[in-house]
Amino acid sequence: MNPLLNVGGISKFYGHRIGCKDVSFDLYPGEVMGIVGESGSGKSTLLNCLAGHLAPDRGAVNFDTRVDGMRDTVTMSEPERRMLSRTDWAFVHQHARDGLRMNVSAGGNVGERLMAVGARHYGDIRDQATDWLGRVEINADRVDDRPTAFSGGMQQRLQIARNLVTGPRLVFMDEPTGGLDVSVQARLLDLLRGLVREMNLSAIIVTHDLAVVRLLADRLMVMKDGHVVETGLTDQVLDDPQHGYTQLLVSSVLQV
Amino acid sequence: MYVAVKGGEKAIDNAHAWLAEERRGDTSVAELSVAQIREQLALAVNRVMAEGSLYDPDLAALAIKQSRGDLIEAIFLIRAYRTTLPRFGGSEPVDTEKMACDRRVSATFKDAPGGQVLGPTFDYTHRLLDFKLAADGEAPQAPMTDAPPAETPHIMSFLDRENLIQDEPAGPKVPDDLTRAPLELPASRALRLQALTRGDEGFILGMAYSTQRGYARNHAFVAELRIGAVPVEMDIPELGFAVDIGEVTLTECETVNQFQGSKTEPPQFTRGYGLVFGMTERKAISMALVDRALRWKELGEDNVGAPAQDEEFVLYHADNIQATGFLEHIKLPHYVDFQSELELIRKLRREAQAVQEAAE
Amino acid sequence: MSDYNFAYLDEQTKRMIRRAILKGLAIPGYQVPFASREMPMPYGWGTGGVQVSAAVLTPDDTFKVIDQGADDTTNAVSIRRFFEKTADVAVTEATGEASVIQTRHRIPEQDLRADQILVYQVPIPEPLRFLEPSEVETRKMHALEEYGLMHVKLYEDISQHGAIATSYAYPVKVEGRYVMDPSPIPKFDNPKLNMAGIQLFGAGREQRIYAVPPYTDVVSLDFEDYPFEASKADHACDLCGATDSYLDELIVDDSGKRMFMCSDTDYCCSRRKAGHIGAQGVPYAEDAA
Repeated sequence: MNPLLNVGGISKFYGHRIGCKDVSFDLYPGEVMGIVGESGSGKSTLLNCLAGHLAPDRGAVNFDTRVDGMRDTVTMSEPERRMLSRTDWAFVHQHARDGLRMNVSAGGNVGERLMAVGARHYGDIRDQATDWLGRVEINADRVDDRPTAFSGGMQQRLQIARNLVTGPRLVFMDEPTGGLDVSVQARLLDLLRGLVREMNLSAIIVTHDLAVVRLLADRLMVMKDGHVVETGLTDQVLDDPQHGYTQLLVSSVLQV
Repeated sequence: MYVAVKGGEKAIDNAHAWLAEERRGDTSVAELSVAQIREQLALAVNRVMAEGSLYDPDLAALAIKQSRGDLIEAIFLIRAYRTTLPRFGGSEPVDTEKMACDRRVSATFKDAPGGQVLGPTFDYTHRLLDFKLAADGEAPQAPMTDAPPAETPHIMSFLDRENLIQDEPAGPKVPDDLTRAPLELPASRALRLQALTRGDEGFILGMAYSTQRGYARNHAFVAELRIGAVPVEMDIPELGFAVDIGEVTLTECETVNQFQGSKTEPPQFTRGYGLVFGMTERKAISMALVDRALRWKELGEDNVGAPAQDEEFVLYHADNIQATGFLEHIKLPHYVDFQSELELIRKLRREAQAVQEAAE
Repeated sequence: MSDYNFAYLDEQTKRMIRRAILKGLAIPGYQVPFASREMPMPYGWGTGGVQVSAAVLTPDDTFKVIDQGADDTTNAVSIRRFFEKTADVAVTEATGEASVIQTRHRIPEQDLRADQILVYQVPIPEPLRFLEPSEVETRKMHALEEYGLMHVKLYEDISQHGAIATSYAYPVKVEGRYVMDPSPIPKFDNPKLNMAGIQLFGAGREQRIYAVPPYTDVVSLDFEDYPFEASKADHACDLCGATDSYLDELIVDDSGKRMFMCSDTDYCCSRRKAGHIGAQGVPYAEDAA
């Protein structure tokens, strides 16, 4: 099987400071990769480089596009990259308000991606939006309400619906459960796990919460000071950490 | 039977005749001369020159007379006239160090070479209506002093010697011209300063004030405020050297602002700059504050989302001629648009009612 | 009048504007930035249209100005006079006789020919402006053809009102590429944007010129199940009896009684001259007397 994403030697510097350095990995279809580390470890910088929000200083992010096969998304033109980011890619922000239009109804929020790729039938768009609200456990009668009227957990679920409606193949998630109550987090994680399996999604999840990766990720990458210090299957890394930093992380000696 | 009134032409002519009569006012009161306006309403003349972007006190005074004292209308007249003038070329940059200062104050040093010169200022006057002026406006000769020195060093130059003030990289020799090219963003600092110096005094003041109250506060001190006449030189290609072509009175304000520095560079003060035609110090100080607020990106500061930091917001809304034209255009007929809105709202209400009745 | 150049603007400025117009015609619907001059009339009162007209007028042209469809509204009169004075061109109220027509908010009812130019006055050229206030952003959206947001607005209209609640300045897509604001014409006029004449749009304050070349495909944005509808008041003109023209509604007495008449005054007059009479109309000759 060919990898969906092939990352080679991604480096990003902020002046003399290292954002992330020499990160390489493959991601296969249906696979979920977790990236963990404390704040400042470079995991968010890496995610933003992968998703095209930041231009890396070195390296390639090759994605298996539907039409042209493997393409380096770092060097492709901005229109192509933006097209990718509203079709085959999705990005779930930590703060729902960064990923939603707060002054547009829930239905409009979910429908936007459909319209951006050419959907022009109001009834169909609305049906799909309503269907997706259901899949993220939001009542159909909230379709015309704005996200400002939603709780934090609902906003995050709405953001997920908005991202998944076009059936993307790769989802980037930045601390998707950050800032939510524990009980709300559990419900969201459950939902995410179901969707990932059901849609055979590939995903890259950045988090400092080991419970999140334990539940969602097949593989794990541990980052410290911009470098990847350990990689492996999730259970393997969490149950038998090799690197001293990972051991600290897992034993929760280190407050993350 | 109703017939649409056809009378646009006649109505316009009559309105303009009435306007002319109103402008003159009661004919038993002596008519104002342009010279009187130029001499006795000099600060109004200054504002019209500054925001009209044309240094000509007589024309500015005429515009004030024609506009019945509506300064924005006067600025409009000057702008419309200015745009028709041929452009011979650009002057050399004026050297404000050579300014014959009528006023020069610094808030950062008690004294400095060149001294503190209060000049003709409203500062420290008690704002009491002077009823004597109503009867007699003559003023005694003010005490005289020696002529100002030929050059007065800038206060900033003393900070510069110690490397305490951030270096300003030189711009292109001939900067872009706001009145000759469409404003495209992000704008160069030269274009920003042009927009600010001809921007509406009230708008720039409000923006500057907002920075003081915490919307992108940048802790400004007036390092120096100077007002006076400077020579204008122009390079004449046929001659091969620059010659004096006249002088203009300018107000210049330089503010010194909070430190800026990083791990690699030691902290330095930064600056804001204001330069305006005429005696216009409120405007010049305001301009310096807004200039400084707009520089957040190049100085590596945070965008705190303050209006004064938003280049698009400030530059697109500072011009009072653009603003007043667009604002006042809503009194033009819009009955075609309104008619379409009327039909739409009636249709939507009909449909809503039908739905309601069907439900009942 | 010799104090000013022909049609007021100097030749340099006209050249600059003509270049912008040509670029606009070459890229239909694209907003070309131009160095708008300060005109002796206020911004927002047609300075963009006036500059475009000044750049295209020749001494042999016949000029017509309408505002809200009428030749005799005050601002139309003012602009017509401006060019009579500065360009000494022939003026007309007859749509068919004009070679250049400057308009605010309407397209004439009579079809324009290939030898006619229609110049629109545009207040806000950016169709995305009220969805995205930043110019830097909207230019990027046009460049990348990211117009999903435009349909979000229409979607929200339908979900809230059951219909697209835009009745004028209704957005269009030009030649399958650029989304364009047709200026605040009623949506009734949108189908006429596909025409034989040249259409030029000038926004003075916003410093933009754009254009639609003859026979260009102009499509009003809509949904398949909520198609665009060019609506007008469901009446006939009370003066000339026309049922196919856009109508103004007038309040004619204290009890609030209404009457409807053509917004295009030339169209109405021509019909009445030709003997058409509406419900409250009288024969044309009688009225003129």
